[in-house]
Amino acid sequence: MARRPKLAVWKFTSCDGCQLSLLDLEDELLEIAEAIKISHFTEATRRSQRGPYDLSLVEGSITTPAEREKILQIRRDSRRLVAIGACATAGGIQALRNFADVREYLSVVYANPDTIAALRDSTPISEHVPVDFELRGCPIDKRQLLEVVSAFLADRRPVVSEHSVCVECKRRGVVCVAVLGQPCMGPITHAGCGALCPAYSRGCYGCFGPAEAPNVSALARRWREDGAAPDDVVRMLRTFNAAAPAFRKESDPRGSD
Amino acid sequence: MVDAAALEALPSLLRARGYRVVGPVERGGAIVLDELASWDDLPRGTTVELGPGAYRLRKRPDEALFGYVVGPQSAKTWLHPPAVLEFRAERSRGRVTVVAEPADPSPVALVGLRPCDLAAIRVHDHVLGDGPVADPRYRSHRGAAFLIVVDCAEPAATCFCASMGTGPSATGGFDLALNELLDEDGHRFVIEAATDAGAEVLGALATRPVPLDDEVRVEAAHERARMAMGRRLDPGRARDVLRNAVESPAWSEVGDACLGCANCTMVCPTCFCTTVEDVTDLTGDHAERWRRWDSCFTFQFSRLSSGPVRTSTAARYRHWLRHKLETWHEQFGESGCVGCGRCITWCPVGIDLTEEVARLESATPESGDVA
Ligand code: SF4
Ligand code: SF4
Ligand code: SF4
Ligand code: SF4
Repeated sequence: MARRPKLAVWKFTSCDGCQLSLLDLEDELLEIAEAIKISHFTEATRRSQRGPYDLSLVEGSITTPAEREKILQIRRDSRRLVAIGACATAGGIQALRNFADVREYLSVVYANPDTIAALRDSTPISEHVPVDFELRGCPIDKRQLLEVVSAFLADRRPVVSEHSVCVECKRRGVVCVAVLGQPCMGPITHAGCGALCPAYSRGCYGCFGPAEAPNVSALARRWREDGAAPDDVVRMLRTFNAAAPAFRKESDPRGSD
Repeated sequence: MVDAAALEALPSLLRARGYRVVGPVERGGAIVLDELASWDDLPRGTTVELGPGAYRLRKRPDEALFGYVVGPQSAKTWLHPPAVLEFRAERSRGRVTVVAEPADPSPVALVGLRPCDLAAIRVHDHVLGDGPVADPRYRSHRGAAFLIVVDCAEPAATCFCASMGTGPSATGGFDLALNELLDEDGHRFVIEAATDAGAEVLGALATRPVPLDDEVRVEAAHERARMAMGRRLDPGRARDVLRNAVESPAWSEVGDACLGCANCTMVCPTCFCTTVEDVTDLTGDHAERWRRWDSCFTFQFSRLSSGPVRTSTAARYRHWLRHKLETWHEQFGESGCVGCGRCITWCPVGIDLTEEVARLESATPESGDVA
């Protein structure tokens, strides 16, 4: 490779878990460092180089006016921009505040709420700038991250399926916990984890957000028929991807019919 | 005829002949097909209670070894596996070399298949075994496999093989067939071989002649099973109904109920669709081509350059049902459904194809013969 492409890893409102997946790729780290030049990644090194960057991985949601400005600059500095994780792709768990009044929270929690600059909603990166790819998950799957980086280096589409977790679950030969009587988010959840929870006999929590064309109301109907209270259904849908439109529509009385 | 105790030798006899032995075992709350280390791994005294979107294990009052029906997997998992590495490619000094992955060489012995499973294998033989799209991998797995079927004495509420002409007793397509008998005369199996390989294994077991009474008992069990089917579907009638129902408004109802999750197609023993995934590594010097099970229920399945063609769930469900029950006849000269009931049991919202056909039939005005 003539010139190593420059990679930058950015953090907005988030827990750092997704960017740490990159460091978690222990077996491939040397290869990664050989193939790409890590130009900005504060979890790994204090050294930071200026843009432009060939690929920016962006973790976290936009929750403050300063972040709203910063993402514009990062987009300008990046040839490709990939949003990684539930925060960056759907607003994250902190988007629970989108269902409440953030000013009211501030007044209860902080002595001087005036010193806090917080936006009303926690929003995904794609609401602020064009995004070249969204990698889902809370946290993301490190194998998928490696695939996305490899794909961008080769200028090809990442092989990341958008179908339900059920497809992965069945390919693995896991016994369906939903049919055994447990509520499971798998049928409406984007694949990527490899059906981790069903493999341990637990219903899927929906970490990867809505699958392509999810029929959320039909699954919620099934849960209610099986005895779930309306609150239970809301709690199922309001976790790491609460503000993803397909989940929000079903869990938000204002959004549902 | 073989006594239950004498059959315990079967897994080791098969292993001695080079087979991986796979059979029904209890795991994760269901009876699945998995490595059968010993005859003791079989789910003794266990049965299942099935319904739309529901599966429960139950204790049996007896010690039967095969007193249940099909689980979520079928022979498909072994003969047409969920993920296959097609080949690797390496690039070195500008030259690309393709390294083909050989087909899995160790043949499988499938113990405890059901008659509907054999019917599904026959369907796959017609799709993947020969004809224009014959799949060498399928042919090699299939050609090497040893199939042991057990006739069904107690169908589940989701079973409808009798009306599809695929069960509940096997008429061929097996190496060995078993009928389990358990009464005051003891625990024993009527055993039959249909191939040379089957006869050779049978010869290694301690057998005795079948008493006439037991032949009668097996016949009676088949007859009882035929009468005990939980569901029915007339394949000829279903084909006509679907031909007339292409534009039926009834599809939108199932479209509203269906999750598009693809479980039905994953568990269906005849669904064979796969997708191809090409990946490269960080250096771009190593590439792999994988083949994985796919489903017409996924949104991207019908993607063309301008996007997916079947954009509504109703359109995807219609495509699936019509293929199973109508257009499969035109393509392969038979029904694509063998009446195993898996898609009913393993649908998380319990959508039942036999009910959908009935609903379409009543919602669609009779239009007589179709040109
Ligand atoms: S356990 Fe959940 S993810 Fe797996 S097939 Fe069932 S519903 Fe789908
Ligand atoms: S369509 Fe359903 S009942 Fe028919 S063979 Fe497939 S899974 Fe079995
Ligand atoms: S459909 Fe027939 S052959 Fe298949 S499990 Fe049920 S009774 Fe047995
Ligand atoms: S029919 Fe059932 S199993 Fe099949 S895609 Fe629809 S909801 Fe899923």
